[in-house]
Order: sequence, then structure tokens, then C-alpha cells
Amino acid sequence: MKTVRIGAAQGFYGDTIEPAVATAEKGNVQYICFDALAELTMAILVKDKRKNENAGFTKDISVQMKALLPYVKEKGIKLLTNGGGINPIGAQQEILRVAREMGIKDLKVAVVTGDNVLDRIPEFEEKGYALNHLDTGESINQIKDKLEFANVYIGAQPIVRALDAGADIVVTGRTTDTAQFLAPLIYEFNWGQEEWDKLASGVFMGHLLECSAQSTGGNFSGNWQDIEGFDQIGYPIAEVSEDGEFIVSKVQERGGLVTVDTVKEQMLYEIHDPSAYLTPDVIVDLTNVRLENVGPNQVKVTGTRGKPRPDKLKVVMGYENGYAGQVIVGFSWPDAMQKAKKVDEIIRIQLEQKGLHYEEVRTDFMGYNSLSGPLAHENESELNEVYLRIAVKAKTKQEAGLFSRLFPPLALNGPPSMSGFSGNTAPRALLGMWATLLPREEVEKQIKVEIAEV
Amino acid sequence: MAVVKLKDIAQARSGDKGNIVNIGVFAPNQAIYEEFLSQLTPDRVRTHFTGLVEGEVLRYEVPNVLGLNFVCKEALAGGGSSSLRLDNLGKCFGSNMLRLELEIADHLLIDIKR
Repeated sequence: MKTVRIGAAQGFYGDTIEPAVATAEKGNVQYICFDALAELTMAILVKDKRKNENAGFTKDISVQMKALLPYVKEKGIKLLTNGGGINPIGAQQEILRVAREMGIKDLKVAVVTGDNVLDRIPEFEEKGYALNHLDTGESINQIKDKLEFANVYIGAQPIVRALDAGADIVVTGRTTDTAQFLAPLIYEFNWGQEEWDKLASGVFMGHLLECSAQSTGGNFSGNWQDIEGFDQIGYPIAEVSEDGEFIVSKVQERGGLVTVDTVKEQMLYEIHDPSAYLTPDVIVDLTNVRLENVGPNQVKVTGTRGKPRPDKLKVVMGYENGYAGQVIVGFSWPDAMQKAKKVDEIIRIQLEQKGLHYEEVRTDFMGYNSLSGPLAHENESELNEVYLRIAVKAKTKQEAGLFSRLFPPLALNGPPSMSGFSGNTAPRALLGMWATLLPREEVEKQIKVEIAEV
Repeated sequence: MAVVKLKDIAQARSGDKGNIVNIGVFAPNQAIYEEFLSQLTPDRVRTHFTGLVEGEVLRYEVPNVLGLNFVCKEALAGGGSSSLRLDNLGKCFGSNMLRLELEIADHLLIDIKR
């Protein structure tokens, strides 16, 4: 039976490209796929584009292409990425530029557009689509004027069209995290648009591969101490058969661990109903999936089922939601916690005195409860040291920065041993998320696939 | 009967979507999975996460991998990109889940080495 081998290259904007280079070199793969976008990434890219009309794609695309283009030419490996972000055409141009700079010729780079619907919101409203929040049902009116981006999660079909047209590289905007991984299977195996079980299997494969090493030993909650080679960890590779079954592995030369235990943690990662994982191409049912150790660092995945794809597509929009300011200062033994609490009290009194009224003031004790909140243990009296972190939420950047000025004087004027102050960081913008649904036809009729060559 | 922290018998990983956190919890064998089914109720988990999770907790069974998937609503103080929390993406909900204690019959714990 024919098989296709696919390697994972990226789990987020800022990931390392080294594991993908090892996969290109030793992994015997035909495709290398990237997932560059998270909800927050889109907001970062919007800001980039506002400063520079040619920006708005994930900048590390240049480094990635430089590292992998030689393998595209030598081995015929195809690269699929959604790193186009808010400016997929800009990303396409950048890839062509890198190729030219490297003296690479006869390279087809496809771009998929049409996911960006920010300018179409009035049109949708005119047509009577409510755009209410998917989880809360609230009306969009309260945030409509503050929208920074609005992108529809689109599926694998446009990428398949690009592959059909002979693309070596396909760059997209907000395709789903798994679309890049499913597309080559539809293309290679000619899977029909209603072969739900096969499509579901392809999506699940993508789900297991799209978070870098999270299925090859990264972030493993089991006996993580036994995992070797975190310093040079390998990213997952899937060998998929025509019937949809697949084996997850990695290149031998790199570290990590692929077992049922490492893979199953990723299986449910960011999944809600495991019998109905919604994607634009198919609804995936994981409740009959079977994971099996079939060799060292090899897990076989069977039993994925699919149901007909949804009529609506998910839109995620981001809107301005104020600014956060933050200060972190440390305190040493003895009574580290008591000192930190006292300074928190002093700052809060001073906020009142100075009339600084924030929407929210949050206190954490780093080294004690900053990652556990109310679930932290209670033995706080003997801490060697603790860091007080105060964060505030304000309407403007300027306001969010004001309170930090209250801290430096307390190094001399407050409880003893305040130290470890690493300077004030600039307030950061907060972003609200608005998820809603749109009929798929409204989106699909605007999707375009275009190819350019060097 | 022994009181056991999930840390010593289970795996867990959490992730975010908007203001929702999901936590996948996995049992080491069928017998202990049965205990999870009866003891790890949505209410129990909701109570455990008091102060972190403001909304309802749904539980999905995934018996084929001896897993339970808990979907916790209003769990991130507004959602990853607008939350003041340090764990704004809910990455530590999995490890915080492992603090939870269950009562397990001693004979079920003999083969579990963690």
C-alpha cells in the first residue's frame, strides 16, 4: 500500500527550525508542515503590518526557508505553512526573495488568501449574520469598533488546489492548525470530500504533529525525568497509509520519546468534545482511536472516525482590550513572604492615595502561588525567597505604566531586603477574543490560490 | 484504602481556547480508570479549581485511552491574551489537577511505580 511521510516543523511563532532540518535530512519525508499561528500571534502580526505595509507574516519564515529550500530542490520535499498570518502575499514574496538570494530556480510558491474578513464585517451584517459570540451569545456591537483582526479558520482544500497546480511551497493565512498536514494526504491519495473516516484520520495526524515535540516527549507529565535528549529533541514524523492509518515516529538521531503515553497526552490537547472535534473538512471522533506501541519510538494510530463537515466555519476576531503593566521585585529570608505581602499592602494604599484607579490590580507571589493560585500549598513561612508581582489593567498604555514608579523608593523606604528588581518592562497591549460562525459559502467564494515562480 | 495524589498515578495535560481550559487526565490501568470515573466527577474538579475556574466544568469520557477530558469554562480570567494571570494560557492546570487526592484500594496500587 502507498504511504506518505510527513514531518512537523513548527508549533508556534518563534519555534526552532533545527528539528525540521534533521527531519529533512534523515526523516525520508515528502512533506514538511508548519503551524505558525496562535490566537495571540495574529494580534502581533497586525501590529507589525500597521508599522510596515509589507510585514504581517511570521518573520521567521526567512530563516525557515533558508534552512529548508536546499532540501526542497535536492529531495523534492514540499513545504506547507500558515506563516502568512495577516499578510500571506507578503510571505510569498519573502520566500521568493530568499530563493533568489540563494540562487534557487524553478520553484513554485503558492499563496492562499480569503481567510481575512475584517473588511467584510459590514457586508456580513447587511446580510443578517448576527456574529454573536460563540460561547457566550453576546452581541458583537460592544466591541465592533475595536476590532484589530478577523480571520476565518479555513481547511485543507485550498492547499490541495495549490498542490494540484504543482506548488513546491504553499503559504496561507489562518488555515486551521491541522490543514497543512491533511492537505498532502488528500492530494496524494485522492481522498474524496466525503471520505469522512480518512479525512478525520488525516486531521488527527495533523493534531498530533502540530505542536512540535508535544507528542515526542516534550511537556510530558509522566516520567519526564526518563526522557533523553531534550537538548536536541526530535519533532514528530507520521507515515500515513492510503486507508488513513498512520505511525508516529521521529528521526533516531534526535532526542525525545514516542510512546502511547507521550502521544495520548497530545491526543486530548486543546480538544473539547472528543467525539466531535470540529474542523472545516470533517468532524473528528476520537472515541474509537487505538494507540499501539509497535516499535522503539513508534506508535501506530488506528480507529479514527469522521462525520460530515459542518456547514459553518469559525471566525476568530481580536479586539483592543486595554493595557497591562507589571512590576516584579524579590525579597529574601527571613520572613520573605511577610515582606512581600507588606509591600503589596503599601502599594495598594499608595494607589488609593494617588488616585490611581485601575480596572484590575492583581498580586502574585512568584515562587509560591503565581502558577497555582488558590491551589498553592500553605507552608509559606520558611521560603528562602519570594518575588512579588503586581499587574494592573488600564485603558491606556501610559496609565498602565504609571504605578511602576511607586516601587523603586520602597527599596530604601520599605520592609528590608527588597532586591532582584530587573527594571520596569513596557506595558503590553491586551487583546480580547471574539469567536463566531459564518456560513462556509460566504467565505469559500472569496478564497483564492495563486502561484508565483522564480 | 490509601489516599493518593493524582500526581502519583495519573498523567495530565492542559491547554486553552479563548477563556476555556481543557485538562486531559489519564489513568494507568482499567481498574484505576473505574475509580476515576466514580471519584473524578465534574463537581469534584470544579471545587478543586475554586478561585481559578469561574464557569461550569464538563467531563468527557475517553475510555479507549483510559482518559477523561475536563472542559473548564471561564477559566482564564478573560482568556489568554487579556488575562493578567502569569499562567495565562492555562499550561499549569494539568499539574494543578495532579494535586487532587483520590481514595484507592491498596491492592490496586501494587503495580504502579511512579
